[in-house]
Amino acid sequence: MAWQFIYATECGKILSGKEMMQINQKEIAESAQYKSEVKNLSFHYGAFNALKNIDMVLHDKKITALIGPSGCGKSTFLRCFNRMHDLYPGNRYDGEIILHPDDVNILASNVDPIEVRMRISMVFQKPNPFPKSIYENVAYGLRVRGIKQRAILDEKVEIALRNSALWDEVKDRLHELAFNLSGGQQQRLCIARALATDPEILLFDEPTSALDPIATASIEELITDLKTKVTILIVTHNMQQAARVSDYTAYMYLGELIEFNVTDTIFIKPKNKQTEDYITGRFG
Amino acid sequence: MAEESQNKLVYAGKLGYSFRRHLHERFIETFLFLSAILSVAIMLAIIAMLLKESIVFFRQVSIWDFLTDTQWTPLFDDAHYGILPLISGTLVSSLIALLVALPMGTIIAIYLSEFAPFTVREIAKPFLELLGGVPTVVYGYFALLFVTPLLQIIFPELPGFNLLSAGLVMGIMIIPYVSSMTEDAMRAVPMNLREGSYAMGATRFQTAIRVVMPAAFSGIAAAYILGISRAVGETMVVAIAAGMQPNLTWNPMEPAATITAYIVQVSLGDLPHGSIGYQTIFAAGLTLLLITLVFNIIGHLLRKRYREIY
Repeated sequence: MAWQFIYATECGKILSGKEMMQINQKEIAESAQYKSEVKNLSFHYGAFNALKNIDMVLHDKKITALIGPSGCGKSTFLRCFNRMHDLYPGNRYDGEIILHPDDVNILASNVDPIEVRMRISMVFQKPNPFPKSIYENVAYGLRVRGIKQRAILDEKVEIALRNSALWDEVKDRLHELAFNLSGGQQQRLCIARALATDPEILLFDEPTSALDPIATASIEELITDLKTKVTILIVTHNMQQAARVSDYTAYMYLGELIEFNVTDTIFIKPKNKQTEDYITGRFG
Repeated sequence: MAEESQNKLVYAGKLGYSFRRHLHERFIETFLFLSAILSVAIMLAIIAMLLKESIVFFRQVSIWDFLTDTQWTPLFDDAHYGILPLISGTLVSSLIALLVALPMGTIIAIYLSEFAPFTVREIAKPFLELLGGVPTVVYGYFALLFVTPLLQIIFPELPGFNLLSAGLVMGIMIIPYVSSMTEDAMRAVPMNLREGSYAMGATRFQTAIRVVMPAAFSGIAAAYILGISRAVGETMVVAIAAGMQPNLTWNPMEPAATITAYIVQVSLGDLPHGSIGYQTIFAAGLTLLLITLVFNIIGHLLRKRYREIY
Protein backbone atom coordinates (compact mmCIF):
# COMPACT_ATOMS: atom_id res chain seq x y z
CA MET A 1 0.00 0.00 0.00
CA ALA A 2 1.18 3.45 -0.83
CA TRP A 3 0.43 4.93 2.56
CA GLN A 4 2.68 2.43 4.12
CA PHE A 5 5.51 3.70 1.98
CA ILE A 6 4.85 7.23 3.13
CA TYR A 7 4.60 5.95 6.64
CA ALA A 8 7.97 4.30 6.35
CA THR A 9 9.77 7.21 4.75
CA GLU A 10 8.10 10.02 6.64
CA CYS A 11 9.34 8.52 9.83
CA GLY A 12 12.76 9.55 8.74
CA LYS A 13 14.20 6.08 9.11
CA ILE A 14 13.85 2.80 7.36
CA LEU A 15 11.72 0.46 9.40
CA SER A 16 13.27 -2.79 10.40
CA GLY A 17 12.16 -5.95 8.64
CA LYS A 18 10.24 -7.08 11.68
CA GLU A 19 8.33 -3.82 11.91
CA MET A 20 7.54 -4.02 8.21
CA MET A 21 6.27 -7.54 8.69
CA GLN A 22 3.99 -6.44 11.47
CA ILE A 23 2.57 -3.68 9.35
CA ASN A 24 2.12 -6.08 6.46
CA GLN A 25 0.30 -8.66 8.53
CA LYS A 26 -1.92 -6.07 10.07
CA GLU A 27 -2.65 -4.74 6.65
CA ILE A 28 -3.50 -8.08 5.14
CA ALA A 29 -5.91 -8.67 7.97
CA GLU A 30 -7.55 -5.33 7.41
CA SER A 31 -7.41 -4.88 3.66
CA ALA A 32 -10.80 -6.53 3.27
CA GLN A 33 -12.20 -3.96 5.62
CA TYR A 34 -11.26 -0.82 3.80
CA LYS A 35 -14.28 1.25 2.99
CA SER A 36 -12.26 3.61 0.90
CA GLU A 37 -8.72 4.06 -0.33
CA VAL A 38 -7.21 7.41 -1.18
CA LYS A 39 -4.47 7.13 -3.76
CA ASN A 40 -2.09 9.94 -4.55
CA LEU A 41 -4.77 12.58 -4.11
CA SER A 42 -3.91 16.19 -4.94
CA PHE A 43 -6.32 19.07 -5.03
CA HIS A 44 -6.10 22.58 -6.47
CA TYR A 45 -8.21 25.65 -5.75
CA GLY A 46 -7.38 27.43 -8.99
CA ALA A 47 -3.60 27.68 -8.86
CA PHE A 48 -3.34 26.95 -5.15
CA ASN A 49 -2.24 23.42 -4.35
CA ALA A 50 -4.29 22.62 -1.24
CA LEU A 51 -3.66 18.87 -1.00
CA LYS A 52 -0.45 17.16 -1.97
CA ASN A 53 -0.22 13.49 -2.91
CA ILE A 54 -2.27 12.07 -0.09
CA ASP A 55 -2.45 8.31 0.43
CA MET A 56 -4.75 7.02 3.09
CA VAL A 57 -7.46 4.48 3.82
CA LEU A 58 -10.78 4.56 5.60
CA HIS A 59 -11.39 1.41 7.63
CA ASP A 60 -14.90 0.06 7.33
CA LYS A 61 -17.16 0.88 10.30
CA LYS A 62 -14.38 2.73 12.08
CA ILE A 63 -13.92 6.37 12.97
CA THR A 64 -11.02 8.14 11.33
CA ALA A 65 -10.10 11.60 12.59
CA LEU A 66 -8.28 14.29 10.64
CA ILE A 67 -6.29 16.67 12.81
CA GLY A 68 -3.87 19.46 12.06
CA PRO A 69 -3.47 23.22 12.42
CA SER A 70 -5.84 25.67 10.66
CA GLY A 71 -5.35 25.80 6.92
CA CYS A 72 -3.67 22.40 6.72
CA GLY A 73 -6.30 21.17 4.25
CA LYS A 74 -8.20 18.75 6.46
CA SER A 75 -11.62 20.20 5.57
CA THR A 76 -10.60 20.39 1.93
CA PHE A 77 -9.67 16.71 2.09
CA LEU A 78 -12.96 15.80 3.77
CA ARG A 79 -14.94 17.66 1.13
CA CYS A 80 -13.27 15.65 -1.64
CA PHE A 81 -15.16 12.58 -0.41
CA ASN A 82 -18.56 13.97 -1.37
CA ARG A 83 -17.30 16.04 -4.30
CA MET A 84 -18.36 19.27 -2.58
CA HIS A 85 -15.65 21.12 -4.51
CA ASP A 86 -17.58 20.49 -7.74
CA LEU A 87 -20.02 23.21 -6.68
CA TYR A 88 -17.46 25.92 -7.30
CA PRO A 89 -15.60 26.60 -10.53
CA GLY A 90 -11.84 26.37 -10.88
CA ASN A 91 -11.23 23.39 -8.58
CA ARG A 92 -9.29 20.34 -9.72
CA TYR A 93 -8.81 16.86 -8.29
CA ASP A 94 -5.91 14.60 -9.21
CA GLY A 95 -5.51 11.06 -7.99
CA GLU A 96 -8.17 8.68 -6.80
CA ILE A 97 -10.57 7.98 -3.98
CA ILE A 98 -11.68 4.38 -4.40
CA LEU A 99 -15.00 3.49 -2.82
CA HIS A 100 -15.46 -0.15 -1.84
CA PRO A 101 -17.14 -2.54 -2.43
CA ASP A 102 -17.70 -1.06 -5.91
CA ASP A 103 -13.99 -0.34 -6.40
CA VAL A 104 -14.96 2.83 -8.25
CA ASN A 105 -12.93 6.03 -8.23
CA ILE A 106 -15.48 8.58 -7.04
CA LEU A 107 -13.36 11.45 -8.35
CA ALA A 108 -13.56 10.18 -11.94
CA SER A 109 -15.14 12.66 -14.30
CA ASN A 110 -17.77 10.13 -15.42
CA VAL A 111 -19.02 9.69 -11.86
CA ASP A 112 -21.96 11.97 -11.07
CA PRO A 113 -21.26 13.93 -7.87
CA ILE A 114 -24.93 13.63 -6.98
CA GLU A 115 -24.62 9.84 -7.00
CA VAL A 116 -21.59 10.14 -4.72
CA ARG A 117 -23.48 12.38 -2.30
CA MET A 118 -26.34 9.90 -2.28
CA ARG A 119 -23.97 7.40 -0.65
CA ILE A 120 -21.58 9.63 1.29
CA SER A 121 -23.34 12.07 3.57
CA MET A 122 -22.03 15.04 5.48
CA VAL A 123 -22.60 16.99 8.69
CA PHE A 124 -21.33 20.54 8.79
CA GLN A 125 -19.50 22.73 11.24
CA LYS A 126 -22.45 24.97 12.00
CA PRO A 127 -25.85 23.32 12.35
CA ASN A 128 -27.67 24.12 9.10
CA PRO A 129 -31.26 22.91 9.36
CA PHE A 130 -33.46 23.91 6.44
CA PRO A 131 -36.35 26.35 6.93
CA LYS A 132 -38.74 23.44 7.27
CA SER A 133 -40.31 21.35 10.00
CA ILE A 134 -38.24 18.85 11.99
CA TYR A 135 -39.91 16.02 10.09
CA GLU A 136 -39.29 17.55 6.67
CA ASN A 137 -35.66 18.24 7.53
CA VAL A 138 -35.03 14.57 8.22
CA ALA A 139 -37.14 13.48 5.25
CA TYR A 140 -35.31 15.85 2.89
CA GLY A 141 -32.80 13.35 1.55
CA LEU A 142 -35.57 10.82 0.94
CA ARG A 143 -37.71 13.38 -0.80
CA VAL A 144 -34.94 14.44 -3.17
CA ARG A 145 -34.58 10.75 -3.99
CA GLY A 146 -38.23 10.78 -5.04
CA ILE A 147 -39.65 8.80 -2.12
CA LYS A 148 -43.23 9.89 -1.51
CA GLN A 149 -44.86 7.00 0.37
CA ARG A 150 -45.85 8.28 3.77
CA ALA A 151 -45.21 4.97 5.51
CA ILE A 152 -41.61 4.75 4.31
CA LEU A 153 -40.94 8.39 5.17
CA ASP A 154 -42.46 8.02 8.65
CA GLU A 155 -40.42 4.92 9.36
CA LYS A 156 -37.12 6.31 8.08
CA VAL A 157 -37.58 9.60 9.90
CA GLU A 158 -38.29 7.84 13.18
CA ILE A 159 -35.32 5.49 12.84
CA ALA A 160 -32.99 8.35 11.92
CA LEU A 161 -34.19 10.44 14.85
CA ARG A 162 -33.80 7.50 17.22
CA ASN A 163 -30.30 6.82 15.92
CA SER A 164 -29.37 10.43 16.49
CA ALA A 165 -30.78 10.33 20.03
CA LEU A 166 -33.30 13.03 19.26
CA TRP A 167 -36.54 11.10 18.98
CA ASP A 168 -37.65 11.38 22.60
CA GLU A 169 -37.08 15.12 22.60
CA VAL A 170 -38.95 15.90 19.39
CA LYS A 171 -41.49 13.14 18.83
CA ASP A 172 -44.36 15.35 19.99
CA ARG A 173 -43.40 18.30 17.84
CA LEU A 174 -42.21 16.82 14.57
CA HIS A 175 -44.06 19.46 12.61
CA GLU A 176 -42.60 22.46 14.36
CA LEU A 177 -39.99 24.57 12.62
CA ALA A 178 -36.50 23.13 13.10
CA PHE A 179 -35.11 26.53 14.16
CA ASN A 180 -36.94 26.21 17.45
CA LEU A 181 -34.45 23.55 18.56
CA SER A 182 -31.32 24.36 20.56
CA GLY A 183 -27.91 24.37 18.87
CA GLY A 184 -27.02 20.86 20.01
CA GLN A 185 -30.44 19.54 19.01
CA GLN A 186 -30.10 21.22 15.61
CA GLN A 187 -26.77 19.48 15.08
CA ARG A 188 -28.28 16.13 16.05
CA LEU A 189 -31.11 16.91 13.63
CA CYS A 190 -28.51 17.44 10.92
CA ILE A 191 -26.98 14.09 11.82
CA ALA A 192 -30.45 12.50 11.63
CA ARG A 193 -30.92 14.14 8.24
CA ALA A 194 -27.65 12.63 7.06
CA LEU A 195 -28.52 9.21 8.52
CA ALA A 196 -32.02 9.00 7.07
CA THR A 197 -30.71 7.99 3.67
CA ASP A 198 -28.53 5.14 5.02
CA PRO A 199 -25.17 6.53 3.89
CA GLU A 200 -22.11 4.30 3.71
CA ILE A 201 -19.71 6.97 4.85
CA LEU A 202 -20.58 9.89 7.10
CA LEU A 203 -18.36 12.96 6.95
CA PHE A 204 -18.20 15.32 9.92
CA ASP A 205 -16.61 18.73 9.43
CA GLU A 206 -15.82 19.96 12.96
CA PRO A 207 -19.33 19.07 14.09
CA THR A 208 -18.98 20.42 17.62
CA SER A 209 -17.03 23.61 17.13
CA ALA A 210 -20.19 25.74 17.37
CA LEU A 211 -21.57 23.91 20.40
CA ASP A 212 -21.26 24.14 24.18
CA PRO A 213 -19.43 21.38 26.13
CA ILE A 214 -22.58 19.48 27.11
CA ALA A 215 -23.92 19.40 23.56
CA THR A 216 -20.42 18.46 22.41
CA ALA A 217 -20.37 15.49 24.77
CA SER A 218 -23.71 14.25 23.49
CA ILE A 219 -22.62 14.58 19.85
CA GLU A 220 -19.37 12.73 20.59
CA GLU A 221 -21.27 9.94 22.28
CA LEU A 222 -23.57 9.77 19.29
CA ILE A 223 -20.67 9.59 16.83
CA THR A 224 -19.13 6.73 18.81
CA ASP A 225 -22.45 4.88 18.76
CA LEU A 226 -22.85 5.36 15.02
CA LYS A 227 -19.65 3.48 14.33
CA THR A 228 -21.51 0.17 14.25
CA LYS A 229 -23.60 1.37 11.35
CA VAL A 230 -21.43 3.56 9.20
CA THR A 231 -17.84 4.45 8.35
CA ILE A 232 -16.99 7.84 9.78
CA LEU A 233 -14.45 10.48 8.81
CA ILE A 234 -14.29 13.44 11.16
CA VAL A 235 -12.33 16.67 10.97
CA THR A 236 -11.64 18.18 14.34
CA HIS A 237 -9.71 21.04 15.83
CA ASN A 238 -9.91 19.45 19.18
CA MET A 239 -7.22 16.85 19.78
CA GLN A 240 -8.92 15.47 22.88
CA GLN A 241 -11.95 14.89 20.72
CA ALA A 242 -9.91 12.98 18.16
CA ALA A 243 -8.38 10.92 20.97
CA ARG A 244 -11.78 10.26 22.55
CA VAL A 245 -13.82 9.24 19.54
CA SER A 246 -11.56 7.96 16.78
CA ASP A 247 -9.97 4.61 15.99
CA TYR A 248 -7.52 6.02 13.46
CA THR A 249 -6.02 9.47 13.25
CA ALA A 250 -4.37 11.30 10.40
CA TYR A 251 -2.22 14.33 11.08
CA MET A 252 -2.06 16.82 8.24
CA TYR A 253 0.15 19.85 7.77
CA LEU A 254 0.25 22.29 4.83
CA GLY A 255 -1.74 20.01 2.55
CA GLU A 256 0.32 16.91 3.26
CA LEU A 257 -0.53 13.84 5.24
CA ILE A 258 2.28 13.68 7.76
CA GLU A 259 1.26 10.65 9.74
CA PHE A 260 -1.59 8.19 9.74
CA ASN A 261 -2.00 5.45 12.27
CA VAL A 262 -4.09 3.91 15.00
CA THR A 263 -5.22 6.74 17.25
CA ASP A 264 -3.49 5.41 20.34
CA THR A 265 -0.17 5.23 18.52
CA ILE A 266 -0.52 8.75 17.19
CA PHE A 267 -1.25 10.17 20.61
CA ILE A 268 1.03 8.03 22.74
CA LYS A 269 3.96 7.29 20.52
CA PRO A 270 3.89 9.32 17.30
CA LYS A 271 6.62 8.34 14.87
CA ASN A 272 7.02 11.77 13.38
CA LYS A 273 8.58 14.68 15.25
CA GLN A 274 6.13 17.17 13.68
CA THR A 275 3.15 15.13 14.82
CA GLU A 276 4.58 14.90 18.29
CA ASP A 277 5.11 18.66 18.44
CA TYR A 278 1.53 19.28 17.39
CA ILE A 279 0.05 16.69 19.73
CA THR A 280 1.99 17.99 22.69
CA GLY A 281 0.96 21.54 21.87
CA ARG A 282 4.37 22.88 20.92
CA PHE A 283 2.83 24.46 17.85
CA GLY A 284 -0.49 24.64 16.03
CA MET B 1 14.16 46.12 27.82
CA ALA B 2 11.98 47.45 25.03
CA GLU B 3 12.39 51.06 24.02
CA GLU B 4 9.62 53.36 25.12
CA SER B 5 8.05 55.83 22.77
CA GLN B 6 8.66 59.46 23.64
CA ASN B 7 5.06 60.33 22.80
CA LYS B 8 3.27 58.25 25.33
CA LEU B 9 -0.48 58.30 24.96
CA VAL B 10 -1.71 59.38 28.33
CA TYR B 11 -5.30 58.59 29.15
CA ALA B 12 -4.91 58.69 32.89
CA GLY B 13 -7.00 61.35 34.55
CA LYS B 14 -9.32 61.65 31.56
CA LEU B 15 -12.14 59.51 32.81
CA GLY B 16 -14.43 62.51 33.13
CA TYR B 17 -17.30 63.59 30.96
CA SER B 18 -16.26 64.85 27.51
CA PHE B 19 -18.73 67.57 26.64
CA ARG B 20 -17.40 68.05 23.14
CA ARG B 21 -17.60 64.41 22.18
CA HIS B 22 -21.05 64.18 23.68
CA LEU B 23 -22.27 67.20 21.72
CA HIS B 24 -20.79 65.85 18.53
CA GLU B 25 -22.59 62.52 18.97
CA ARG B 26 -25.85 64.27 19.74
CA PHE B 27 -25.51 66.43 16.66
CA ILE B 28 -25.03 63.42 14.39
CA GLU B 29 -27.86 61.56 16.05
CA THR B 30 -30.23 64.51 15.58
CA PHE B 31 -29.24 64.88 11.95
CA LEU B 32 -29.92 61.21 11.24
CA PHE B 33 -33.20 61.38 13.11
CA LEU B 34 -34.37 64.40 11.09
CA SER B 35 -33.51 62.65 7.82
CA ALA B 36 -35.55 59.66 8.88
CA ILE B 37 -38.48 61.75 10.07
CA LEU B 38 -38.57 63.73 6.81
CA SER B 39 -39.80 60.79 4.72
CA VAL B 40 -42.44 59.99 7.29
CA ALA B 41 -43.52 63.64 7.34
CA ILE B 42 -43.83 63.77 3.57
CA MET B 43 -45.95 60.64 3.59
CA LEU B 44 -48.22 62.12 6.25
CA ALA B 45 -48.47 65.38 4.30
CA ILE B 46 -49.59 63.51 1.17
CA ILE B 47 -52.24 61.61 3.12
CA ALA B 48 -53.43 64.82 4.79
CA MET B 49 -53.72 66.61 1.44
CA LEU B 50 -55.62 63.72 -0.16
CA LEU B 51 -57.97 63.48 2.82
CA LYS B 52 -58.62 67.23 2.95
CA GLU B 53 -59.48 67.48 -0.75
CA SER B 54 -61.43 64.22 -0.70
CA ILE B 55 -63.62 65.50 2.12
CA VAL B 56 -64.63 68.41 -0.11
CA PHE B 57 -65.52 65.88 -2.79
CA PHE B 58 -67.47 63.58 -0.48
CA ARG B 59 -69.56 66.53 0.74
CA GLN B 60 -71.14 66.61 -2.70
CA VAL B 61 -71.03 62.92 -3.63
CA SER B 62 -72.04 60.25 -1.15
CA ILE B 63 -69.53 57.50 -0.41
CA TRP B 64 -72.25 54.98 -1.26
CA ASP B 65 -72.62 56.39 -4.80
CA PHE B 66 -68.86 56.55 -5.14
CA LEU B 67 -68.48 52.87 -4.32
CA THR B 68 -71.54 51.42 -6.08
CA ASP B 69 -72.31 53.54 -9.16
CA THR B 70 -71.20 51.72 -12.26
CA GLN B 71 -70.41 54.80 -14.30
CA TRP B 72 -67.58 57.30 -13.99
CA THR B 73 -68.49 60.38 -16.02
CA PRO B 74 -67.53 63.38 -13.88
CA LEU B 75 -66.82 65.52 -16.90
CA PHE B 76 -70.17 65.00 -18.60
CA ASP B 77 -73.36 66.96 -18.03
CA ASP B 78 -74.97 63.83 -16.67
CA ALA B 79 -72.22 63.29 -14.11
CA HIS B 80 -71.77 59.93 -12.39
CA TYR B 81 -69.11 59.33 -9.76
CA GLY B 82 -68.78 55.55 -9.48
CA ILE B 83 -65.15 54.50 -8.94
CA LEU B 84 -65.79 50.87 -9.96
CA PRO B 85 -64.94 51.29 -13.68
CA LEU B 86 -61.56 52.77 -12.72
CA ILE B 87 -60.92 50.02 -10.17
CA SER B 88 -61.78 47.32 -12.69
CA GLY B 89 -59.41 48.85 -15.25
CA THR B 90 -56.68 49.09 -12.64
CA LEU B 91 -57.12 45.54 -11.39
CA VAL B 92 -57.36 43.94 -14.84
CA SER B 93 -54.25 45.68 -16.18
CA SER B 94 -52.36 44.98 -12.95
CA LEU B 95 -53.36 41.33 -12.96
CA ILE B 96 -52.12 40.86 -16.52
CA ALA B 97 -48.90 42.65 -15.65
CA LEU B 98 -48.36 40.47 -12.59
CA LEU B 99 -49.09 37.28 -14.52
CA VAL B 100 -46.14 38.27 -16.68
CA ALA B 101 -43.84 39.85 -14.12
CA LEU B 102 -44.02 37.52 -11.11
CA PRO B 103 -43.33 34.20 -12.87
CA MET B 104 -40.79 35.69 -15.26
CA GLY B 105 -39.07 37.68 -12.53
CA THR B 106 -38.88 34.62 -10.29
CA ILE B 107 -37.54 32.36 -13.03
CA ILE B 108 -34.89 34.91 -13.97
CA ALA B 109 -33.93 35.32 -10.32
CA ILE B 110 -33.60 31.56 -9.81
CA TYR B 111 -31.44 31.32 -12.89
CA LEU B 112 -29.21 34.23 -11.97
CA SER B 113 -28.86 33.30 -8.34
CA GLU B 114 -28.51 29.53 -8.53
CA PHE B 115 -27.50 28.52 -12.04
CA ALA B 116 -25.80 31.31 -13.96
CA PRO B 117 -22.00 31.25 -14.11
CA PHE B 118 -20.32 34.34 -12.74
CA THR B 119 -19.72 35.98 -16.15
CA VAL B 120 -23.30 35.49 -17.34
CA ARG B 121 -24.62 37.06 -14.17
CA GLU B 122 -22.26 40.00 -14.44
CA ILE B 123 -23.48 40.69 -17.97
CA ALA B 124 -27.18 39.88 -17.57
CA LYS B 125 -27.79 41.90 -14.41
CA PRO B 126 -26.89 45.33 -15.82
CA PHE B 127 -29.01 44.62 -18.89
CA LEU B 128 -31.98 43.73 -16.74
CA GLU B 129 -31.51 46.86 -14.69
CA LEU B 130 -31.34 48.83 -17.92
CA LEU B 131 -34.77 47.44 -18.74
CA GLY B 132 -35.94 49.04 -15.51
CA GLY B 133 -34.37 52.34 -16.52
CA VAL B 134 -36.29 52.76 -19.78
CA PRO B 135 -38.74 55.69 -19.39
CA THR B 136 -42.30 54.47 -18.95
CA VAL B 137 -43.53 56.68 -21.78
CA VAL B 138 -41.35 54.65 -24.13
CA TYR B 139 -43.00 51.48 -22.85
CA GLY B 140 -46.37 53.14 -23.45
CA TYR B 141 -45.68 53.71 -27.12
CA PHE B 142 -44.05 50.30 -27.36
CA ALA B 143 -47.38 48.83 -26.22
CA LEU B 144 -49.50 51.02 -28.47
CA LEU B 145 -47.45 50.89 -31.66
CA PHE B 146 -45.73 47.51 -31.47
CA VAL B 147 -47.43 45.06 -29.11
CA THR B 148 -51.03 45.96 -29.99
CA PRO B 149 -50.53 45.46 -33.77
CA LEU B 150 -48.79 42.20 -32.97
CA LEU B 151 -51.71 41.06 -30.83
CA GLN B 152 -54.12 42.13 -33.54
CA ILE B 153 -52.61 39.49 -35.79
CA ILE B 154 -53.77 36.86 -33.29
CA PHE B 155 -56.99 38.61 -32.23
CA PRO B 156 -58.16 40.57 -35.29
CA GLU B 157 -61.07 42.16 -33.42
CA LEU B 158 -58.79 43.66 -30.74
CA PRO B 159 -59.30 47.43 -30.49
CA GLY B 160 -56.34 49.80 -30.84
CA PHE B 161 -56.57 50.70 -27.16
CA ASN B 162 -56.87 47.71 -24.85
CA LEU B 163 -55.94 46.52 -21.39
CA LEU B 164 -54.22 43.38 -22.64
CA SER B 165 -51.41 45.10 -24.48
CA ALA B 166 -50.92 47.69 -21.73
CA GLY B 167 -50.85 44.95 -19.08
CA LEU B 168 -48.35 42.79 -20.94
CA VAL B 169 -45.93 45.64 -21.48
CA MET B 170 -46.37 46.81 -17.92
CA GLY B 171 -45.45 43.28 -16.87
CA ILE B 172 -42.27 43.37 -18.93
CA MET B 173 -41.47 46.70 -17.34
CA ILE B 174 -41.86 45.31 -13.81
CA ILE B 175 -39.79 42.14 -14.40
CA PRO B 176 -36.46 43.77 -13.49
CA TYR B 177 -37.79 45.04 -10.16
CA VAL B 178 -39.11 41.62 -9.20
CA SER B 179 -36.13 39.66 -10.49
CA SER B 180 -33.55 41.96 -8.98
CA MET B 181 -35.07 41.96 -5.49
CA THR B 182 -35.86 38.25 -5.61
CA GLU B 183 -32.31 37.48 -6.66
CA ASP B 184 -30.90 39.63 -3.88
CA ALA B 185 -33.07 37.78 -1.38
CA MET B 186 -32.00 34.39 -2.71
CA ARG B 187 -28.33 35.31 -2.82
CA ALA B 188 -28.52 36.43 0.80
CA VAL B 189 -29.34 32.85 1.82
CA PRO B 190 -26.15 31.55 3.44
CA MET B 191 -24.01 29.14 1.47
CA ASN B 192 -24.01 26.56 4.27
CA LEU B 193 -27.74 26.03 3.77
CA ARG B 194 -27.19 25.30 0.08
CA GLU B 195 -24.26 23.04 0.84
CA GLY B 196 -26.42 21.15 3.31
CA SER B 197 -28.88 20.50 0.54
CA TYR B 198 -26.27 19.52 -2.04
CA ALA B 199 -24.62 17.23 0.49
CA MET B 200 -27.92 15.33 0.72
CA GLY B 201 -27.70 14.57 -2.98
CA ALA B 202 -30.06 17.32 -4.13
CA THR B 203 -29.77 18.83 -7.60
CA ARG B 204 -29.40 22.55 -8.18
CA PHE B 205 -33.07 22.88 -9.03
CA GLN B 206 -34.21 20.93 -5.96
CA THR B 207 -31.94 23.08 -3.82
CA ALA B 208 -33.29 26.29 -5.35
CA ILE B 209 -36.95 25.34 -4.98
CA ARG B 210 -36.95 23.40 -1.73
CA VAL B 211 -34.32 25.17 0.34
CA VAL B 212 -33.26 28.54 -1.05
CA MET B 213 -36.70 29.89 -1.92
CA PRO B 214 -38.33 29.00 1.41
CA ALA B 215 -35.33 30.51 3.20
CA ALA B 216 -35.62 33.70 1.15
CA PHE B 217 -39.39 33.85 1.47
CA SER B 218 -39.66 37.19 3.22
CA GLY B 219 -37.43 38.91 0.67
CA ILE B 220 -39.33 37.32 -2.20
CA ALA B 221 -42.63 38.43 -0.67
CA ALA B 222 -41.24 41.97 -0.46
CA ALA B 223 -40.27 41.80 -4.14
CA TYR B 224 -43.75 40.63 -5.11
CA ILE B 225 -45.43 43.35 -3.07
CA LEU B 226 -43.23 45.96 -4.69
CA GLY B 227 -44.18 44.53 -8.09
CA ILE B 228 -47.88 44.71 -7.23
CA SER B 229 -47.57 48.28 -5.99
CA ARG B 230 -45.80 49.28 -9.15
CA ALA B 231 -48.41 47.63 -11.34
CA VAL B 232 -51.29 49.26 -9.51
CA GLY B 233 -49.62 52.66 -9.52
CA GLU B 234 -48.24 52.58 -13.06
CA THR B 235 -49.55 55.49 -15.11
CA MET B 236 -47.94 56.19 -18.42
CA VAL B 237 -48.29 52.80 -20.13
CA VAL B 238 -51.98 52.47 -19.36
CA ALA B 239 -52.69 56.11 -20.16
CA ILE B 240 -51.18 55.69 -23.61
CA ALA B 241 -52.08 52.15 -24.58
CA ALA B 242 -55.31 51.30 -22.77
CA GLY B 243 -57.39 54.27 -23.85
CA MET B 244 -58.85 56.71 -21.37
CA GLN B 245 -62.48 55.74 -21.38
CA PRO B 246 -63.71 54.57 -17.98
CA ASN B 247 -65.34 51.25 -18.71
CA LEU B 248 -66.62 48.76 -16.16
CA THR B 249 -65.24 45.57 -17.65
CA TRP B 250 -63.24 42.53 -16.63
CA ASN B 251 -62.40 41.75 -20.24
CA PRO B 252 -58.78 42.56 -21.07
CA MET B 253 -59.63 42.85 -24.78
CA GLU B 254 -61.50 46.11 -24.20
CA PRO B 255 -60.25 49.62 -23.76
CA ALA B 256 -60.56 51.04 -20.25
CA ALA B 257 -59.13 53.67 -17.95
CA THR B 258 -57.26 53.05 -14.73
CA ILE B 259 -57.27 55.30 -11.69
CA THR B 260 -53.87 56.67 -12.59
CA ALA B 261 -54.77 57.24 -16.24
CA TYR B 262 -57.83 59.20 -15.15
CA ILE B 263 -55.79 61.36 -12.80
CA VAL B 264 -53.39 62.19 -15.63
CA GLN B 265 -56.25 62.99 -17.96
CA VAL B 266 -57.85 65.43 -15.54
CA SER B 267 -54.59 66.97 -14.37
CA LEU B 268 -53.66 67.77 -17.96
CA GLY B 269 -57.08 69.22 -18.80
CA ASP B 270 -58.22 72.72 -18.02
CA LEU B 271 -60.73 72.08 -15.30
CA PRO B 272 -60.92 74.98 -12.87
CA HIS B 273 -59.45 74.36 -9.42
CA GLY B 274 -62.10 73.75 -6.83
CA SER B 275 -64.68 72.40 -9.25
CA ILE B 276 -66.19 69.04 -8.50
CA GLY B 277 -64.50 67.56 -11.56
CA TYR B 278 -61.14 68.70 -10.27
CA GLN B 279 -61.90 67.37 -6.83
CA THR B 280 -62.50 63.86 -8.21
CA ILE B 281 -58.79 63.26 -8.75
CA PHE B 282 -58.17 63.43 -5.01
CA ALA B 283 -60.89 60.92 -4.27
CA ALA B 284 -59.45 58.66 -6.98
CA GLY B 285 -55.93 59.18 -5.60
CA LEU B 286 -57.08 58.30 -2.12
CA THR B 287 -58.63 55.09 -3.46
CA LEU B 288 -55.36 54.20 -5.15
CA LEU B 289 -53.44 54.87 -1.96
CA LEU B 290 -55.78 52.60 -0.01
CA ILE B 291 -55.39 49.78 -2.55
CA THR B 292 -51.59 49.89 -2.37
CA LEU B 293 -51.80 50.23 1.41
CA VAL B 294 -53.79 47.00 1.61
CA PHE B 295 -51.16 45.17 -0.42
CA ASN B 296 -48.37 46.59 1.69
CA ILE B 297 -50.09 45.49 4.88
CA ILE B 298 -50.55 41.98 3.47
CA GLY B 299 -46.89 41.95 2.53
CA HIS B 300 -45.87 43.13 5.98
CA LEU B 301 -47.93 40.43 7.66
CA LEU B 302 -46.48 37.76 5.37
CA ARG B 303 -42.98 38.97 6.14
CA LYS B 304 -43.64 38.87 9.85
CA ARG B 305 -45.15 35.42 9.63
CA TYR B 306 -42.24 33.97 7.64
CA ARG B 307 -39.37 36.15 8.70
CA GLU B 308 -35.89 35.11 7.66
CA ILE B 309 -34.38 32.66 10.09
CA TYR B 310 -31.27 30.80 9.23
